[in-house]
Amino acid sequence: MKKEDIPQDKSALDKFTKELCYAVDSSGNYVTELSRGWEVKATALDVAWQDIDKRISDVKQKVLNKEASPLLYFLELRLMDLIILSAYSGFWQWQIKRHMRPEVFEKLSTKKLEKYAKAFNVSVDELKTMKVNAI
Amino acid sequence: MQSEFKHLQAAHCENGVTSNLLKNIGVNITEPMAFGIGSGLFYIYIPFLKINNGPAIAFRTMPGNIFRRTCKSLGIPVVRKKFSSEKEAEKFLMECIAANQPVGCQVGVYYLTYFPKEYRFHFNAHNLIVYGKQDDNFLISDPVMENVTTLTTYELERVRFAKGPFAPKGQLYYPKKQTEVTNEQVKKAVVTGIKRNVRDMLHIPGPIAGVKGIRYTANKIKKWRDTLGLEKAGLYLAQLVRMQEEIGTGGGGFRYIYGAFLQQAQSFHPNVPLMDISKKFTQSGDLWRTAAVQASGIYKGRITAQQDFNVMADYLFEIAELEKQAFISLSKIKW
Repeated sequence: MKKEDIPQDKSALDKFTKELCYAVDSSGNYVTELSRGWEVKATALDVAWQDIDKRISDVKQKVLNKEASPLLYFLELRLMDLIILSAYSGFWQWQIKRHMRPEVFEKLSTKKLEKYAKAFNVSVDELKTMKVNAI
Repeated sequence: MQSEFKHLQAAHCENGVTSNLLKNIGVNITEPMAFGIGSGLFYIYIPFLKINNGPAIAFRTMPGNIFRRTCKSLGIPVVRKKFSSEKEAEKFLMECIAANQPVGCQVGVYYLTYFPKEYRFHFNAHNLIVYGKQDDNFLISDPVMENVTTLTTYELERVRFAKGPFAPKGQLYYPKKQTEVTNEQVKKAVVTGIKRNVRDMLHIPGPIAGVKGIRYTANKIKKWRDTLGLEKAGLYLAQLVRMQEEIGTGGGGFRYIYGAFLQQAQSFHPNVPLMDISKKFTQSGDLWRTAAVQASGIYKGRITAQQDFNVMADYLFEIAELEKQAFISLSKIKW
């Protein structure tokens, strides 16, 4: 890539930082240059987030339909998978899968709910009601 | 408490931490040199493993390798510690700061407050430097950021003890002060780095890594439209492009940084054609970016035919051949 071809497109990094790129100058030597972003990868990131948002709203509906417990909702909301949730909560993956059944979740002790709430960085109340926004 | 630390922005976090920590002890190693000596260039597609519901693809070597290999090659002793408790981890960090010792820390990105939300996934192999503390704020030099920043004690602890794959466990590391690194040592380190990279890209066993891994991915991509459906295939391609181009790569899946390394290494080895071979990596980086544009056509829904996936795959076949030739050229060098 030539230095003058480094894209300077709008990106999610705006207001945070520019990123350092490597490119060649007119005499073929490598130099560094800051870039605001590149539309091609900005769209890639958008596509990933559209998918995440869709997943979140899908599982929310599932929980409302009593097909899953709120754990599934928070798993998606916090971008986790079973391996990560297991590491944060201390539960085994098979336990988590079990707790994702609404009827099992209903009967979880406060102590267990607190573990999940901590793993998701929410309160027990928020965990039960799914009323939470920020990270 | 603050050491005389100088923040220099880099493309990639581990290169940057390595380069900046070494400069701090008077060893002048640039980011591309650290990347090359650490044999940073790689390619792997791990089938069956999913990351963020997409394919597991990497354009660089395993986290930790670049720092470890670079220091080892240059004969620089390294201090590296992991901790079982948050308290121990903080205590050791405070001792380093009291001794004016900047340290590299492995951290998770999900709770890294100075990153934009869109970039905060559960990725636990990010690296930054802690170089001081003022009141409750640790002074942070994150090499991918333009400027230095801060994290509170709580924020730093949370990212140092992020959980899941590659959990950092409070890991910190730094190169110990020692006598000067000679030109001769750097010269040798360049050769070691290149030879190891030739091995990783050309001779690694199995079909999923190195140059063969690029071909393997190309063959997969051809099938994605049928096996995954258009929407999911688009998501997979978007993930490929992110791994290749996102902040941290320097552009073109680290191929440009490697090109820069070969150029800089030329001055240590004036009689071998590193400048020429560097051009092949520039070409490869360019081709990766051309492929990314093609991929974006697919994930934007602008092009949807099987033929468009074939074109994408053909770019990757071309890249595989180009990189194969480039590494063969490197392997034939009489040092």
